[in-house]
Order: sequence, then C-alpha cells, then structure tokens
Amino acid sequence: MIRANSICKNFPGKQVLSGIDLDIKPGTIFGLLGPSGAGKTTLIKILTGQLGFDSGDVRVLDKDVRTLTGTDKKQIGIMMDNHGIYERMSCVDNLKIFADIYQVDQSKVMTTLTQVGLADSAKKPAMKLSKGMRARLQLARVLMISPKLLFLDEPTSGLDPMTMKYIHKLILDCKASGCTIFLTTHNMEEASVLCDEVALLNEGKIVDRGAPEDLCRRYNHQKTINIHLKSGEDIELPHSEKSAGEIMSLMTQGKIETIHSSEPTLETVFIELTGRRLEDSEEVKYA
Amino acid sequence: MRNIGVIIKKQIKDTLKNKTVLIQFVMFPVLTLIFEHAINIPDMPELFFTKLFSVMYMGMAPLTAVASIIAEEKEKNTLRVLTMANVKAWEYLAGIGIYVWTICMAGAGVMATTLSSGDIPFYLGVMAAGFLISIAIGACIGIIAANQMVATSLSLPVMLVFSFMPMLAMFNDKIEKVAGIFYTQQIRELLGCMTFDGIKTETMLVVAVNALLALILFFVAFKRKGLE
Repeated sequence: MIRANSICKNFPGKQVLSGIDLDIKPGTIFGLLGPSGAGKTTLIKILTGQLGFDSGDVRVLDKDVRTLTGTDKKQIGIMMDNHGIYERMSCVDNLKIFADIYQVDQSKVMTTLTQVGLADSAKKPAMKLSKGMRARLQLARVLMISPKLLFLDEPTSGLDPMTMKYIHKLILDCKASGCTIFLTTHNMEEASVLCDEVALLNEGKIVDRGAPEDLCRRYNHQKTINIHLKSGEDIELPHSEKSAGEIMSLMTQGKIETIHSSEPTLETVFIELTGRRLEDSEEVKYA
Repeated sequence: MRNIGVIIKKQIKDTLKNKTVLIQFVMFPVLTLIFEHAINIPDMPELFFTKLFSVMYMGMAPLTAVASIIAEEKEKNTLRVLTMANVKAWEYLAGIGIYVWTICMAGAGVMATTLSSGDIPFYLGVMAAGFLISIAIGACIGIIAANQMVATSLSLPVMLVFSFMPMLAMFNDKIEKVAGIFYTQQIRELLGCMTFDGIKTETMLVVAVNALLALILFFVAFKRKGLE
C-alpha cells in the first residue's frame, strides 16, 4: 500500500529525514513514533504528496506519489493535527463541502456524523465545539469518503482519555473495513493499542521497527518478575529456575497479592535506543 | 469546474455568517441609497454620492474581501485541507474571485438603481472592470500574507490609496495629478461623463496598465508563494 525507499529530505541547514524505508501492508495500522521535531509530519507530507523530497522513491497505492491522479487522491484520507475546520459553519455544512468535492452521496454526511457521535451537534457551529468534538469532526471528514488509505497525524493529541478511546474505536472500525492506516503519534500507549507495526523515528532516522510487542520483547534486558505480597512487601526476582521455586513456595503459602513479569514499554525501548523521551524532545539520561 | 462551484457555495454559506466580510459588501450600496435619497444640497453635482461611493466601493470591498478570505483560509489551515482534497489552486482562486465579483456586481446593481436606465449598462461595465482589478490586487495580498493580521495591515494602506485618492482629488489639483495614475481615479472620471463617447485614450491606457500591473503582481506572488 505504501512503499518508500531511502527517502531523504533537507530543509535549509538541516537534514530532516535520512534514508527512510517503509513497506506498509494493506489493511494494517502502521504507527510512526517519535518526539516532536523528529520528522513525523514531514514524512506524512511527503507520503501524501504535499511536500517534495530530495532523493529516494515513494509509492502510494502502487503508484509513484508524484503521479497520483485526482481519482487516486480521492481514495486517500488525510487528517493533520492542525484543525482545518470552517469555524463559522455547522458540522453538517463542514462535511457537505467535502461531500461535494469528493462526490460522496449527501446522505453519508449524517450517517458519518452519527458514526462519530456528533449527530446531536450537527447544526452547531464548529467554533462552539469542544476540542474532542473538533477531532471527531475532522475524523468524520476523512471517514466519510471511505478511504482505502488513511493518514492520521497525531489524531488524539491533547484529548481526554474518553475521547481518545472513542477515536481509537473509530480507527479500529476503519481498519476492520479494510482501510490501511498510517498513524503518527508520540503516545506509546496509543501505538501499542492500535498498531500492527511501529517504527521509531528519531532525528529523521528510523532507529527500529516491528510489532509493538516484538519490539518490547526484543529490548527486554531486565527480565524480572515483580511480586506484591499481601503483607505489602514488593519483591523483584530474576527469570531463573531458582525464582520458580521461590514463587511456588510463596503461592502455596498464599502470600502473593499480584504477580507481573516486567517488560519494557515502547517508551523505554525508545529511550534505550535514542536517549530521548517520546513525549518531548528533551534529552534524558538512560539509566 | 465542479470544484469552483463548491468553493462558491461554501463561500456564500460562510459570508452569511461572517459579519466583517458581509458589511464590506453591504455598507456602500446601503449608504448610497440613503445619501442619494436623504441629502439634497443645492448646486451639488448630480448623483454625487453614487459616483463617489461607487469608486470607494470598488477600491475597498473586493480588495479587502479577497485578501481576508484567502489569508483566513491559510491561517486556519482550511486551504490546506481543500488542496489535500484535490482542489487545485486555480480552482480555489477562481471560485473566490467569481464569488466576490458577483457579490460586488450585485452591490453595484443596487447602487445603479439611483441612475437612469440608459446609464446602467455603462455604469455596470465600468464597475465590472474595476472590480476585476481590485480582486487581482486583493488576491495578491492574500497570497503574500501569512495570516489575516498581515493581510489587514497590507490591504489597509493599498485600499486607502485606491479608495480615498479619487475623493481627495476633488479638492486638490496636485492630488488629482497623482491620483490620475490609479485606475480608481480614471474610473471616477468615466463615471463622471457616463458615456462611451466621452472615454479618453489616456483613461483607457491608465486602466489597462493598472490591470496589467495587478495581473503581473498576482502571477509573481502566486509563482513565488503559491497558496502555502
């Protein structure tokens, strides 16, 4: 669905992307994770034909991205993190404009508003919507066209957990209908929940990629088991035969409250690989 | 062509809720009707307010409206969303241009109700040409400006020069000479004679040069900045 070979992009005095390779299979959700300024939005702009690139090759919907026709573009939905909503117009009118442009049946406007939970606010001017409602309206605009390929740039950035969950559900529904989704985020939890494959982008380079759980397993150096006892004491045991005996003994004595194996999150994997946090561009010491 | 229609439709819906743009379209036609019917000073030139306000309307409304519409769409990222939906830059600009021109012509039509029916075709023809030049200048400002604030600060002096110079020229000979290089002043003179027979070559030349310069500026701005 999306194939990219060695994409490089420079802005004056700065290399933004360097040797990016992608191969995204149809019907999957691909997550691009990275802190602010890593090059995520630049990459989305290149993949959607909004921005040129200096070298490399990009194929989207099996075509060179530079040769995509109007018909091809009508199969691609793009939701960027900046709003792009007509503030004075109602939700219905906002969608009707794009229904006209994409030549989508006008009946789909209300269906989509219902799908994203905005049917009750259909006549409300967009300027009166909350941040979460605006995000849903933006998503409605791209879902309305039933895209084959969907680009989402930080779709849940700054939203409350409830709205975030609602949007995750909509994204998963979209995937279930056969849509391929390219998602950028700096929220590792979101990536773990939604993505079939993630790539970790740092300073314009992909530092590693894979299924979220595979990545976490690959960087599981600690391999410990954390036990919380009923007495309130916490115990950390290594993965070993000796530990197995100790756990068994604690279990038979009925002393265990909770037991977890300790695995790294995508956040800790990212910090290990780059020395940076995902949520900001601040340098942190990797201990 | 379809997308041009969508842009026009969108703009009609938006303008009805956008008081700042709406007032620019409505203010001068309404003022003209009120002043022409309410004020009657002895020795005042015939249709004084219609002619004066027509020129001010031409230099003000289309120019500021186009500049602010384009700048607002850039600022709010709606223009980017339209281009991502495969609306071409020329389709967008044509849609906005046609829309503003049509609304301004409707305003001119209202102002023309004060004229005798024989003068109306000439009046509307002259106004139509003037609106086109103002639209090109407004589009140029909209393209250059990154946001509405910049668009306002750029369009205000330009608008003042084109709208007020013809009025000030009535009171000062030196200003009249300077104002002569602007299309609005030439159009004021055309509206003064209100006949095709009275058109001077100089007038046509100044209007044509103004139109050409506006178009050149527009294409240069568009080539350098596009609609980004």
